[in-house]
Amino acid sequence: MANLKISNVTKKFGPLTANDNVSLEVSEGEVVALLGENGAGKTTLMNILFGHYVADEGEVEIDGIKLPAGSTDAAIRAGLGMVHQHFTLAENMSVLENIMLGTESLWSLKSTVARSRRKLENLSNEYNLHVDPDAGISELSVGERQRVEILKVLYRGARILILDEPTAVLTPAETDQLLANLKMMVAKGMSIIFISHKLHEVLAISDRVTVLRHGAMVGEIETRNADKAILAEMMVGRKVTRPKAEVMEPGSIVLELENINVAGKDKATDLLSNVSLNIRESEIVAIAGVAGNGQRELAELLSGLRPWDSGEFKYRGEVVSKADANEFLKMGFGRIPEDRHHTGTVGEMSVWENLLSENLRKSPFWKFGTLIDFSAHRKKAAELIEQFDIRCSSMDTPARLLSGGNMQKLILARTLTADPKFVLANQPVRGLDEGAIAFVHEQLLAARTNGAGILLISEDLDEIFSIADRVGVIYHGHISQLLNVRKTDIQQIGAMMGGDMKAVA
Amino acid sequence: MQIEPRENISPWRVIFAPIAAIIIAFILCAFLIAWTGEPILESYGYLFKGAFGSRFALSETLNRATPLIFTGLAAAVAFRAKFWNIGAEGQLYFGALAATILGTGAITLPPLLMIPFLFVAGAVAGGLALLGPVFLKTTLKVDEVVTTLLLNFVILLFVNFLLEGPLKDPMSLGWPQAASIIDEGVLPELMARTRLHIGFAIALGASIFIWALMRYTIWGYEIRAVGANPNAAKFSGISINKTVFLVAMLSGGLAGMAGITETAGTKGYLTLDLSPGFGYSGIAVAMLANLNPLGVVISAVFLAGIYVGADSMSRAVNIPTYIADVLVALSVLSVLVSLLFVQFRVRWR
Repeated sequence: MANLKISNVTKKFGPLTANDNVSLEVSEGEVVALLGENGAGKTTLMNILFGHYVADEGEVEIDGIKLPAGSTDAAIRAGLGMVHQHFTLAENMSVLENIMLGTESLWSLKSTVARSRRKLENLSNEYNLHVDPDAGISELSVGERQRVEILKVLYRGARILILDEPTAVLTPAETDQLLANLKMMVAKGMSIIFISHKLHEVLAISDRVTVLRHGAMVGEIETRNADKAILAEMMVGRKVTRPKAEVMEPGSIVLELENINVAGKDKATDLLSNVSLNIRESEIVAIAGVAGNGQRELAELLSGLRPWDSGEFKYRGEVVSKADANEFLKMGFGRIPEDRHHTGTVGEMSVWENLLSENLRKSPFWKFGTLIDFSAHRKKAAELIEQFDIRCSSMDTPARLLSGGNMQKLILARTLTADPKFVLANQPVRGLDEGAIAFVHEQLLAARTNGAGILLISEDLDEIFSIADRVGVIYHGHISQLLNVRKTDIQQIGAMMGGDMKAVA
Repeated sequence: MQIEPRENISPWRVIFAPIAAIIIAFILCAFLIAWTGEPILESYGYLFKGAFGSRFALSETLNRATPLIFTGLAAAVAFRAKFWNIGAEGQLYFGALAATILGTGAITLPPLLMIPFLFVAGAVAGGLALLGPVFLKTTLKVDEVVTTLLLNFVILLFVNFLLEGPLKDPMSLGWPQAASIIDEGVLPELMARTRLHIGFAIALGASIFIWALMRYTIWGYEIRAVGANPNAAKFSGISINKTVFLVAMLSGGLAGMAGITETAGTKGYLTLDLSPGFGYSGIAVAMLANLNPLGVVISAVFLAGIYVGADSMSRAVNIPTYIADVLVALSVLSVLVSLLFVQFRVRWR
């Protein structure tokens, strides 16, 4: 018997078809993985299911009863529960308060705290999801917060659980824990829709995989008949192989940090403490770590946006005295920022103007003092668009209309055309699809071959192990000793990401 | 009802939407005219004739448009960088003060030098009026909306004090007004036997200059980048504070020049009623033009036409001149809404 049935859903946004005649069935006790690149329509489909959007065509049935379109309330009452990628918890309230939020009647004068607490404890025990009901959300780790999100959904009586990219923020150990919990829930009769683009997780947890591409369903496969290569090909539509780094002899040291400290706002805690690392020519050094352990501060430091309080910053043997983005660019730094929209591009400005943003004051692109050399810039932009295969209707298109992958290509083009000696790549493939990931990695490896020293900040260990030469782990603002990637393994780095620095052997 | 962004924005829509919006504003205003009991089309006819219907009417409209172009440009430049300069009124008076202090006999140059000298002095004075707010914004993050707005009143009272005291013209028979600008500094007329002076031509030049600056220079690039995404601007090595300072000096300078056209052109001397709110109307002008420096000219002439035409309409039929304020306000509102429809579509279900 089909528990959830989505039939022939079509949703259009103007000229864009986000979902094209998509059908999906999930039975009781089944895990269906929804696999697809960014922009394939996974989130749109779930939003329709959940009543955030109304489909142009098609319908959703639960236990044979049609769900009214556009009603989130009805979806929850019918037993749907969604755990969003970005948590929706009130930081200043306790676990129990967060879980009760919105479930109490507005008209009842009595609070039902005691009853809710019992219900929560029962759920915790039943599904082995333990978390202190009285702890404040702000004290919890990311993994615990996710547990609260799942409990919240269960508390509301969900029987069909939708998880949107649940592992994006977890350490490998936390991921394993989550997958174990999910397996147990399924054994008790829950159904799960698991949205992801991480193939190994999909293979580990699901019974069946449905693949979306460009809004359309391109295939469905029993997980036991699938492997990574098959799924990747279904998802991308062609064979894609991520490049792997060849062993290269590194050159002399390009950039060196020695005992760098950056104090927090309150001066009591250090955002970066005693950070020492060096990057050599023709080498990719990766910094692994769970988000929020000082990666942003390190990236800002190396982008020339954040001053440091003490320590020595050396670039090609010379001491760098202060943070100055413009000066860093002139010295030959290339930077790929973490957030393409927020810091990487000016969305309202055109593609060609964005391509020139870091070259504004470098010859030969300016003459007569302050006039912009239109013809030279546009010619250069046309070359870069061609060379980096930036897909846009014209170079005058506003950058915000580019897809994530094309926006990243724009940033790569701008950064690498300056022939940088040092490249900071902060989460360069986050949110990109397989094709774009392969392209970005190829470009970074090409820059390495040309002699650039590259610092890669990443939360994705697969990425680190495929292109980096040395790896360090950042944890609470400390950076571990750098290890040779070829002499360590994912388990060791994973343990260090969780704070077990003793794993450094 | 859902609002969705449009992928492709056709240029026709960009041109047509504001025109449709202004027609809607006129239709809405017709209800008020109907309320007074006067014939609608005839009243609008008087308004149009009063604004553009004769050589004299046109000269008056363009004369009124001159300071509005400057204050409109001041707002357009500043708002492009998301620097919310609401103080063009005060900067205008600072420009007028510069004209009064330097142009009433303290310095005498031949007209060919005197007039440019006065414009430069007015621009510098207008820029100076913004130094405080800029300093507070860049060092202490004080909101410039508050400081520039409040400074308007401070400056106006300061001018009031000067006109009652040190700058009072002894020949003015007790009126609070300053001495006249010397003949060498008076802006020559552009159209014979009208009040229209070369200030209008200079305003046109200024709008072309600002348009080119925003489009073709590194400064313009930096101003646009800082306004659209300060994080990305900073990341690519643009100094936000330097850019804000530059924008403030440009904006204040343009507003200061409006003070020059009024003291050295239209009026001839400084009084406390030199500007009937040109500084504030400049914001409406810039908004109507969607911050486009060339569009500022068109919207300034449009606004001036409504004000001048409404004066003339009120003499012909029994409608108060305040209708002009209603019409301008409705136009600004409906143009802003129409620009929203240019970028977004509404889907009903």
